[in-house]
Amino acid sequence: MIRLIKRPTPSRGWIVATPVLAVIVTMIAGGIMFALLGKDPFEAIRIIFLDPLFDDRFAAYSRPQLLVKAGPLILIAIGLSLGFRAGIWNIGAEGQYIIGAICGAGFGLAFYPSENVLIFPGMVMAGALGGWAWAMIPGILKTRFRTNEILVSLLLVYVAEAILASAATNWLRNPDGAGFPGSRNLSRHAGTANPELLANTGMHWGVVAAFIAVIAAYVLLNKHVLGYQIKLAGQAPRAARFAGVNPTRLVLLCLGVSGALAGMAGLFEVSGPAGQISIDFNVGYGFTAIIVAFLGRLHPVGILLAGLLMALTYIGGELAQLMMGIPASAIQAFQGMLLFFLLALDVLSNYQIKFGREAVT
Amino acid sequence: MTKFTKLLATAAVAVGLALPAVAQEDPFQIGYVYVGPVGDYGWTWTHDQGRQAVEAAYGDRVETVYAENVPEGADAERVMTQMILGGADMILTTSFGYREATENVARQFPDVHFEHATGYLDDNSPSNVAVYSARFYEGRAVMGHIAGHMTESNIVGYIASYPIPEVIRGINSAFIHARQVNPDVEFRVVWAYTWFDPAVEADAAQALLDAGADVILQHTDSTAPMTVLAAAGAYGFGQASDMIQFAPAPRISSIMDQWGDYYVRRVGEAMDGTWAQSNTWEGIADGMVGIGEMTDAIPAEVRASATALRDAIAAGTYQPFTGPINRQDGSVWLAAGETADDLTLATLRFYVEGLTGDIPN
Repeated sequence: MIRLIKRPTPSRGWIVATPVLAVIVTMIAGGIMFALLGKDPFEAIRIIFLDPLFDDRFAAYSRPQLLVKAGPLILIAIGLSLGFRAGIWNIGAEGQYIIGAICGAGFGLAFYPSENVLIFPGMVMAGALGGWAWAMIPGILKTRFRTNEILVSLLLVYVAEAILASAATNWLRNPDGAGFPGSRNLSRHAGTANPELLANTGMHWGVVAAFIAVIAAYVLLNKHVLGYQIKLAGQAPRAARFAGVNPTRLVLLCLGVSGALAGMAGLFEVSGPAGQISIDFNVGYGFTAIIVAFLGRLHPVGILLAGLLMALTYIGGELAQLMMGIPASAIQAFQGMLLFFLLALDVLSNYQIKFGREAVT
Repeated sequence: MTKFTKLLATAAVAVGLALPAVAQEDPFQIGYVYVGPVGDYGWTWTHDQGRQAVEAAYGDRVETVYAENVPEGADAERVMTQMILGGADMILTTSFGYREATENVARQFPDVHFEHATGYLDDNSPSNVAVYSARFYEGRAVMGHIAGHMTESNIVGYIASYPIPEVIRGINSAFIHARQVNPDVEFRVVWAYTWFDPAVEADAAQALLDAGADVILQHTDSTAPMTVLAAAGAYGFGQASDMIQFAPAPRISSIMDQWGDYYVRRVGEAMDGTWAQSNTWEGIADGMVGIGEMTDAIPAEVRASATALRDAIAAGTYQPFTGPINRQDGSVWLAAGETADDLTLATLRFYVEGLTGDIPN
């Protein structure tokens, strides 16, 4: 008989080992799925995990793309992880990402065609403020009226999408665009562009911001009293209150920071890789970042690695579609398996597995 | 080793060497970028039918690959680039939102041919990009004609996607031809803000039925409205694909996207070296817009008049936007006998007289 016994504290060894184990188990289960689809599982796994990094034809292009894809995921996930640690659940980063992009792009386009060097920093500020403001709606509703921030922040994503559609088809529409939806191209205009900083590296300001966020979050959580309060609030809310943590302040702070980072991610994306506000500008970074945050154990360095891994499965998954004709839905199922096995294997870090009968007391 | 096996081995080596020489006849590679899944039985499905037509027409001389569910923006750029790095000679991007991405990638790979669906060219468009679309409004005219005859409540519902010229054109065309045969008919338009979302489309259909509509046109791609119409005993029209599984009712006819001929022609030109940049807008006459079978649910004389209308459009003797037509505000758009030119149609952003409600801002 197998019994699970809760560990007094999570096993440190398993916390590090489970993500690795989850990746391996995903490869096995995914391989079986690919085999059932009639595709060579070894080739599929190789294409997904290795070809983007090492294949002669693709690697030179794919490696920088890894940063482009991982940048916004990491930036958003870092913000979310602070709240998640404190038990504050911002599920609406996608909406904050959209509003940040609209505010930032709107700020930049307001000065079009000026190429003043101050415009781009202004856009970053506007993007952060937009995301922050959008996150303050669930924040204030929660602290004032005790609404549930999970529901409010999630529902505001759909409001943001409606605003985005309106912006793309109407008030931010490119006046030279023949009536078609979509704003002017920001990345091809010097004043508003978020260019690649070093040629063929994929590094743009959003990636830089993501790295800075990782370091800042690490310092905050380990060296700053605020980081201590965040962790305490998550692990022992009552103790946190006795220790003088102000819950209202913490809620507003965590939601605000995650909103501002998501807004900045949106701005960096719209002014760089995406290039313009369009009807379907948002592609789910805000939701995928939730997976990245948990995959990375809510730890800054873990999130950095998880973001890169997630980006790898996207890019490698596309290659597998092109080279082997694996359906897109199978690739999504593969990504889903990764999260599923990670959460399932959490049991190992939180519980001990004992074999044999429980002693009668 | 006996002489015989040695001989065999030599033969095997010879065959092994010879085979690649035969395969040296490098197939022409074509990459399709799809915005939805190939199984949507709507927009993406019709393009995938076109891809299969290319394979059928050229056999071993071509090789096609495709990627599904590709988000519009940076991801599309990456998918296209990876296709080209994998050997693609021609790229077809089958959604308007890929415009910026298509042009960006086209600039980097001047030797690759690009075909962008429903887009437009401007002075900055690279010369290796062609655009193509179908004159769906011609099909809408026939659907409107039938709808005007079939409605008993004199209320026709219209499920619209986004307020863009393409969709507005379709509403105007359907309305003009419904009014021609039924002066009392009114249109109710619901904006779904999606191209494909079965739940939203079903809700829209229900809302239109509740508003008194008994015939509904849809400019969204799922079959969900058909299911709702079937339950209510109302009529509708197949969109993008034939949706023949709902015949003879609620689907009483359909407007079909047929890309096969165009794709076969353009791929052939690319292989011959005669491919050139072009802006193609074809309708019923060229077979890009198909009118699906009109079922027995439609009275015989209406079937005859609708067929005559279709044939007149195909023959070029009748243009669906022929004056006198006034704008919604009563001002003159087209004088008697005047027809709308392509530029006006391509950028159309107003309703014609008789339509109620506003185009959403």
